[in-house]
Amino acid sequence: MATTVQPQTGAKPAASLSNEEILRYSRHLIMPEVGMEGQLKLKNAKVLLIGTGGLGAPLGLYLAAAGVGKLGLVDFDVVDFTNLQRQVAFGTSDVGKPKSEATRARLANLNPDIQIESFETQLTSANALELFKDFDIIVDGTDNFPTRYLVNDACIVLGKPNVYGSIFRFEGQVTVFGMPDGPCYRCLYPEPPPPGLVPSCAEGGVLGVLPGIVGSIQAMETIKMILGRGDNLVGRLLLFDALGMKFRELKLRKNPNCPMCGTHPTITKLIDYYEFCGVRGEEAPGPTVQVPEITARELKARLDRGDDLFILDVREPHEYQICNLKGHLLPLGELTRRVHELDSSREIVAHCRSGKRSAEAVDFLRKAGFRKILSLKGGILAWSDEVDPSVPKY
Amino acid sequence: MTVKVMIPSPLRPYAGKRDSAEFSARTVGEALGHLTTEFAELRKHLFTEEGKLRSFVNVYVNDEDIRYLAKENTPTKDGDTISIIPSIAGGCIQRRRLELWQGWDKVREESPIANLSSESNQNLKE
Repeated sequence: MATTVQPQTGAKPAASLSNEEILRYSRHLIMPEVGMEGQLKLKNAKVLLIGTGGLGAPLGLYLAAAGVGKLGLVDFDVVDFTNLQRQVAFGTSDVGKPKSEATRARLANLNPDIQIESFETQLTSANALELFKDFDIIVDGTDNFPTRYLVNDACIVLGKPNVYGSIFRFEGQVTVFGMPDGPCYRCLYPEPPPPGLVPSCAEGGVLGVLPGIVGSIQAMETIKMILGRGDNLVGRLLLFDALGMKFRELKLRKNPNCPMCGTHPTITKLIDYYEFCGVRGEEAPGPTVQVPEITARELKARLDRGDDLFILDVREPHEYQICNLKGHLLPLGELTRRVHELDSSREIVAHCRSGKRSAEAVDFLRKAGFRKILSLKGGILAWSDEVDPSVPKY
Repeated sequence: MTVKVMIPSPLRPYAGKRDSAEFSARTVGEALGHLTTEFAELRKHLFTEEGKLRSFVNVYVNDEDIRYLAKENTPTKDGDTISIIPSIAGGCIQRRRLELWQGWDKVREESPIANLSSESNQNLKE
């Protein structure tokens, strides 16, 4: 099922290529499946990338290199050192710069003949329709459930295809949603998992190459859709397992009762997706548990004074290997089962990486009867900042 | 009827780090029953307290979604592969506190903490 996406908006389509463009795209032009006709389709196509991180990097690079005439880049985030392991559009000198702008600069250098627009903004229900309307294809390379549902719904409202990719550790999923006869994200997952039932940061992580592979598949699907060639992933969920090095696919059906794209939709406009997903975004983190805390400096002073403190590290064993404060390792997830290892008569200081998990641990232990227990404010990150810079941050 | 149940990586921590398990089962429901008996921690991730399959967990027999077959009553035959496909977003969302309390009652019975006060007992029931 080849589906061509006709350019829906914009000025008069380009009808020819310059000699420089012919040279640049010669390896496309000599393929009968692309040729001059296909290259002009690429030149007249307008693709919007939601997210310019791990998935957005190969997407942006390949779509720009292929000569997609207009690329939009939406990201509100800033490049940091932890991004460089997988977000290959950035260089070390980009750290601290806005991702959308850093990507724009990289892609403009790769292909000065295309138009690239960066939007340094968070995609919201208020701006999504306005941002999407000037583009033919939307590519979802985000990293959170609220934005996934928002991208899906905005694509259905506007009738635009949504090239979807997502990753977790060693696994990826790719498909195309939002085609007239195909399913949407809500047909596959009517509801997001509640926050308590998705893996936490500590269990997350992603092998750097994985977004490269999944993002490249998204780029391939986008280009095929523009060219109107081949069999696209509409109605198929491609699963990639990098550890087993296996691709599998599952059938996706359009759900006639889908609240968004079914025969009698009950959702006809954009909603509050953070509320829908039961989470607040990174912009507005939910209130953390209020528990007694100790600052890194106070802890240092008390340890120097020789106070008898039991340091409880509630991170995961592989995090302990990165750096530690020589505490007793008891991961948060095992706390319930292993609580008897702790002596409630001693004063305990719990810590994690940033202070979130240790706050939960302290809250739990207080309710379980522990009285002399504190959480290290800001975790090992604060310890590194305020006490011992030789402790690495991660 | 031996069927293979594929366990996706987000759920492997609750399944002894296994990526698949094999069971003898005549239906999808039976296979998932065996799975969550062997790995009790998986149960809350797959089923609601009423024992219904959670709406955000998709289950496939080979490449077909059981929602479009006979759901948990979908029959299985020898060599079938059952896949659990959870939604992944690519990001990281904080673990909810609730999870910590799962299984707490059992722990308390087995190794009571000496100074567990009546006040904290009260807290547990919140």
